[in-house]
Amino acid sequence: MTAPIIEVKGLSKRFVRRPDLAGRIAGKLGADVREETVHAVDTVDLTVAKGEVVGLVGESGCGKSTLGRMIAGLLEPTEGTVLFKGRDRASLDGTDARKARLAVQMIFQDPYASLNPRARVENIIGEAPRFHGLVTNGDLSGYVDEMMRRVGLDPDLKRRYPHQFSGGQRSRVGIARALAVKPEFLVCDEAIAALDVSIQAQVINLFMDLREAFDLTYLFISHDLGVVQHITDRVVIMYLGRIVEVAPTETLFAKAVHPYSQALLAEVPRISTQKRSFRPIKGEIPSPLDPPSGCHFHPRCPHATERCKTEVPPLRTVAPDRDAACHYADDMLAR
Amino acid sequence: MKAPAPPALAVENLKTHFFTRGGVVKAVDGVSFSVNRGEILGIVGESGCGKSITGFSIIGLVDPPGRIVEGSIKFNGEELTTADQERLRSLRGNRIAMIFQDPMMTLNPVLRVDTQMIEAVRAHRDVSKAAAFGMARDALADVGIPSPERRLKAYPHELSGGMRQRVAIATAFINKPDLVIADEPTTALDVTIQGQILAEAQALCARTGTAMIWITHDLAVVSSLADRIAVMYAGRIVETGTTSEVVSHPLHPYTMGLMGSVPSQNKRGERLIQIPGMAPSLLNRPTGCAFRPRCTRSTQACLAEPEITEPMQRRAVRCFHPLLAGAPA
Ligand SMILES: Nc1ncnc2c1ncn2[C@@H]1O[C@H](COP(=O)(O)OP(=O)(O)OP(=O)(O)O)[C@@H](O)[C@H]1O
Ligand SMILES: Nc1ncnc2c1ncn2[C@@H]1O[C@H](COP(=O)(O)OP(=O)(O)OP(=O)(O)O)[C@@H](O)[C@H]1O
Ligand code: SF4
Ligand code: SF4
Ligand SMILES: [Mg+2]
Ligand SMILES: [Mg+2]
Repeated sequence: MTAPIIEVKGLSKRFVRRPDLAGRIAGKLGADVREETVHAVDTVDLTVAKGEVVGLVGESGCGKSTLGRMIAGLLEPTEGTVLFKGRDRASLDGTDARKARLAVQMIFQDPYASLNPRARVENIIGEAPRFHGLVTNGDLSGYVDEMMRRVGLDPDLKRRYPHQFSGGQRSRVGIARALAVKPEFLVCDEAIAALDVSIQAQVINLFMDLREAFDLTYLFISHDLGVVQHITDRVVIMYLGRIVEVAPTETLFAKAVHPYSQALLAEVPRISTQKRSFRPIKGEIPSPLDPPSGCHFHPRCPHATERCKTEVPPLRTVAPDRDAACHYADDMLAR
Repeated sequence: MKAPAPPALAVENLKTHFFTRGGVVKAVDGVSFSVNRGEILGIVGESGCGKSITGFSIIGLVDPPGRIVEGSIKFNGEELTTADQERLRSLRGNRIAMIFQDPMMTLNPVLRVDTQMIEAVRAHRDVSKAAAFGMARDALADVGIPSPERRLKAYPHELSGGMRQRVAIATAFINKPDLVIADEPTTALDVTIQGQILAEAQALCARTGTAMIWITHDLAVVSSLADRIAVMYAGRIVETGTTSEVVSHPLHPYTMGLMGSVPSQNKRGERLIQIPGMAPSLLNRPTGCAFRPRCTRSTQACLAEPEITEPMQRRAVRCFHPLLAGAPA
């Protein structure tokens, strides 16, 4: 068997904020000033096979973008390794490192911050392919046009700057830029969130075509469960920095095992013909600044026991094709 | 008899154009709608059709080479298109708030969240810093941000994408404005937190009579939140009606197409229906109905410009061949 395209082992990221000057002075004077540590990603293991589409879902702030950025090589992990085609990316150098970097591209959640405001769109899209010799100077203009057309942008607009586009047009510039370097692995961080449904459909269809044609692999971060259900093969669910469940998409949507996944999937929005009243979430949402002990989900879990408050449930295989991190996964499965 | 109170917002024949070197971009081209106190109006439509520019026009933030070339915007009866910058500044963030599609348009990257939110309160109200801090903390808790007191000390880049969106929402709500224009405010939020935000929005409308414009492409969100929906296409509104009627019986072929593109359970793995063709360039919109090149119902008649008609009570549509019951599909 060939090595998986991406293999993540024991990956963690902690963000530490030291108190600022005013805080340090207050601390010297006896105030309670702590170092803030955010456990954004906590010992994550994940394997992605070539050609697979893996969905990554979870509450806002649970560490999806941070994990995606580490996989794309844009952020140093605090601990752990990312293997690209079986080789530790940190150990690569020269041409191999450059190739690995190009092969894994990221579409950012925040297109505005990730596009150079002073560059014209034709340069934003064309710069990297030209620099890396993927197209000749003569073909560049046509290549940029083609990329723009694929994401539903009018090539006549290519001399515009990012601020002259609408929000959805700007996010498509980000998609075109990532696709232009012909990646093998694409981390899509809420890539289609800003797109209206018909353009969304066009981009989703494009992603599926590219996968057919080039075996392109995706890590698809999205809060939109309808889209995740539609296009992914497998879904990874995160909660406060940890993976709590992994299963093939159909298996998961048919029955979720982890109580958090169950709660999440119960909420899949549908087009309704009735205005409804929304209710705020019950109970305090736990903070990654202060994650609960034991199972992170225990303060909100209807099945929590004493054991859950102290003992961290490891992610384990609880059935063929199903990993879950819950002490009582077998009971949940049997229900 | 006393005259009825004016709607919170009444927009009439608004036209906002950008005068670029390549030509005139008619981003908003004859838009009319109104929003009553306590009402939520959803605006949906394809990317680039002019939704954000409509919002910018209302709050007076259209940058050159763009400008409002025609039309009227009345806020509680007061004309805004002719108001001076000072008046607009005093309304913005206070009586009218906009949640920008990009949260970094609200947030200053070099200032801590608490500094920004306290400033937002104190610019319009005479309260102490400590009181403003308390309001900011409560506002963050209301949008589901855990440890709000400590998160207030963070810089925007230290927050996740969805947290930044929520800080922008909390900042818009904090002064309990009369009008909120929310431009794709929940695009990065998972369903549970989205539910919390929508609950906050509904509560604000019900408690303080705030009128809201909720711009979104997410039909699932808008269908369960808004009282009425306006569908925009190529700089114009092509259909309006109560949410339940528009969703269950779209009249305009474009609205119909939008409904068909939503991914759902039973279409898993299949290609999604795309509305054929591309959105027209707003530089040179086709003559007649702008949807004509993509419309399966078009006829010779559509070479002329369709006017707004009201084929049923409380429904308006801009189309020669709307999908009325009994009409050929
Ligand atoms: N500064 C500008 N110069 C020229 N054209 C502009 C400028 N700003 C916006 N436009 C154009 O005006 C049109 C309307 O833009 P707007 O931002 O209102 O779209 P939108 O409906 O909000 O779309 P989205 O859903 O993608 O955010 C777009 O086609 C856009 O390209
Ligand atoms: N540069 C940073 N400095 C400090 N904390 C950070 C930084 N980047 C992210 N964090 C924190 O790490 C946690 C995870 O953030 P991340 O952006 O990965 O979340 P996310 O799952 O992508 O959320 P969302 O769905 O809202 O985008 C959050 O608590 C966030 O505040
Ligand atoms: S380990 Fe305990 S608290 Fe955690 S999800 Fe399972 S039952 Fe709930
Ligand atoms: S006016 Fe004609 S072209 Fe336009 S939407 Fe109606 S049927 Fe289609
Ligand atoms: Mg994120
Ligand atoms: Mg917009």
